[in-house]
Amino acid sequence: MEISSIWYFLSGLTLLSALMVVFARNPIHSVLYLVFTFFCISGHYVLLNAQFLMAVNIIVYAGAIMVLFLFVIMMLDLKRNQPESKSSLTKLAGSVVAGSLLVILIALVRQNNLPAPSEGTFVAKTGMVENLGQLLYTEYLLPFELISVLFFVAMVGAVMLGKREAGERNF
Amino acid sequence: MNLLTDIFLAKAAFIGAVFAITLGIAAYSTYFERKIAAFMQDRIGPDRAGPFGILQPLADAVKMFMKEDFIPANSNKWLFIAGPCLSMLTALMTSAVVPFGDTVTVGGVTFDLQGIDVNIGILWVFGIVSLGVYGILIGGWASNNKYSLLGAIRAASQNISYELAMGMAIIAILLFTGSLSTKAIVEGQQNGHWNIFYQPLGFLIFIICAFAECNRTPFDLPECETELIGGYHTEYSSMKLGFYLFAEYINMFISGAVMATLYFGGYDYPGIDFVTAQFGSTVAGFVGMGALIGKALIFVFIFMWVRWTLPRFRYDQLMGLGWSGLIPLSMYNVVVTAFGILIGKPFTAGIVGFLLLIGGMVVYDQLFVKKKIA
Repeated sequence: MEISSIWYFLSGLTLLSALMVVFARNPIHSVLYLVFTFFCISGHYVLLNAQFLMAVNIIVYAGAIMVLFLFVIMMLDLKRNQPESKSSLTKLAGSVVAGSLLVILIALVRQNNLPAPSEGTFVAKTGMVENLGQLLYTEYLLPFELISVLFFVAMVGAVMLGKREAGERNF
Repeated sequence: MNLLTDIFLAKAAFIGAVFAITLGIAAYSTYFERKIAAFMQDRIGPDRAGPFGILQPLADAVKMFMKEDFIPANSNKWLFIAGPCLSMLTALMTSAVVPFGDTVTVGGVTFDLQGIDVNIGILWVFGIVSLGVYGILIGGWASNNKYSLLGAIRAASQNISYELAMGMAIIAILLFTGSLSTKAIVEGQQNGHWNIFYQPLGFLIFIICAFAECNRTPFDLPECETELIGGYHTEYSSMKLGFYLFAEYINMFISGAVMATLYFGGYDYPGIDFVTAQFGSTVAGFVGMGALIGKALIFVFIFMWVRWTLPRFRYDQLMGLGWSGLIPLSMYNVVVTAFGILIGKPFTAGIVGFLLLIGGMVVYDQLFVKKKIA
């Protein structure tokens, strides 16, 4: 089988599941489609020979963040908290905005032909974890450390918000 | 091209064998769990089906298949079916990267006794473990039962909490090996240089997290009968329930194999050089596979031993242990390991760090913890 046919199949699957995230009526189904979309994107990472990104994508997004999404949605009483259906004006406005964004993106990609890597300088192992680590800890050290600080601040903030005030009830 | 198909066939046969071994061991784990429980409670245990009750797993399987397969009226039908399937799927996928043995030659084809040797092996294990909760979460929610939902939510928060400490424990191992490949981790431990000697604290953290990730006692809060009837599988019957229970036993065996790989030298065993010199590397490879499975079975026994010895935790104790006990400990472990590697004495640093920790805990206990006077 040609590698490009795998790519087409995977892309179709990604788009389909991404659309189903929006169209699914049940929020739980929506989240599960989103998980599936992440798997498809991980598949794309494998095709790009970026195995490390694929594993991290699954661990962080599918394994942790989406579990928390599901967790929160399951805690809500879905039958009572149905979102009110939008008026036709908001629906129209939403479609116009999304449609024009789509047109702009397509036009952009068509105009700027992204340069393909030349076969002489192409290194197939760029996405491997060793090379990624080398790059992160030498060339991009400062941005990497700054992002760590940012994450740390976010973490402290989350703990602050989630912490029980003195005298507050447990449950 | 011919070589490629040969290797493909060999790998396919090997993966099939691993599959069969895993399922067989999981089936007989149920039998041995009951036998061990009986031994610890001074009973006889199953002894009717065949000699010593050895056919009990078969009888159980027939019973499971024959029972009525019931789907509750107000449940979400497809997700209700998908729950146990996902549980089984994620339980079986982990074994793909466990190196069961060294290179062997069978019928002129040379191949590794490992499903796939990817350079992110341990991350693969970690990723699949983090997906394991979906089966429980979906099944518990789709049952449309409050007790099931509570069990599912407990499972989700427990898994996420213990994954963090587990990941930190693995980082200390990666500092030693410098590679994410499970094969490289095992090769770094050959000739008795097992990681357990360098990482006693890391192993302790890892095995506690493995108990929590497998939902085994003392951390089996998601199926706590006294509070939640049956937990996430309250509404399940027939073989769907069987799949959930079976997935737990598969997880036990696989996590035993992973622990053996990470901390107990994988397929290394004493006298491997002698066997290689006497019978050739193929025999040595298969004996190594036996050694790894033996180590994994010892861990399965420890899982059962703990189950019938320790009482269940309370839920807030479980979360407290995970977040404020194991995560700081694993950070300490990473720092000590990194320091040991920096000064070039990882073994001394590991042991000294462990002893310092125990000393510090004793001192803290004496100074600050108020004792109840009986």
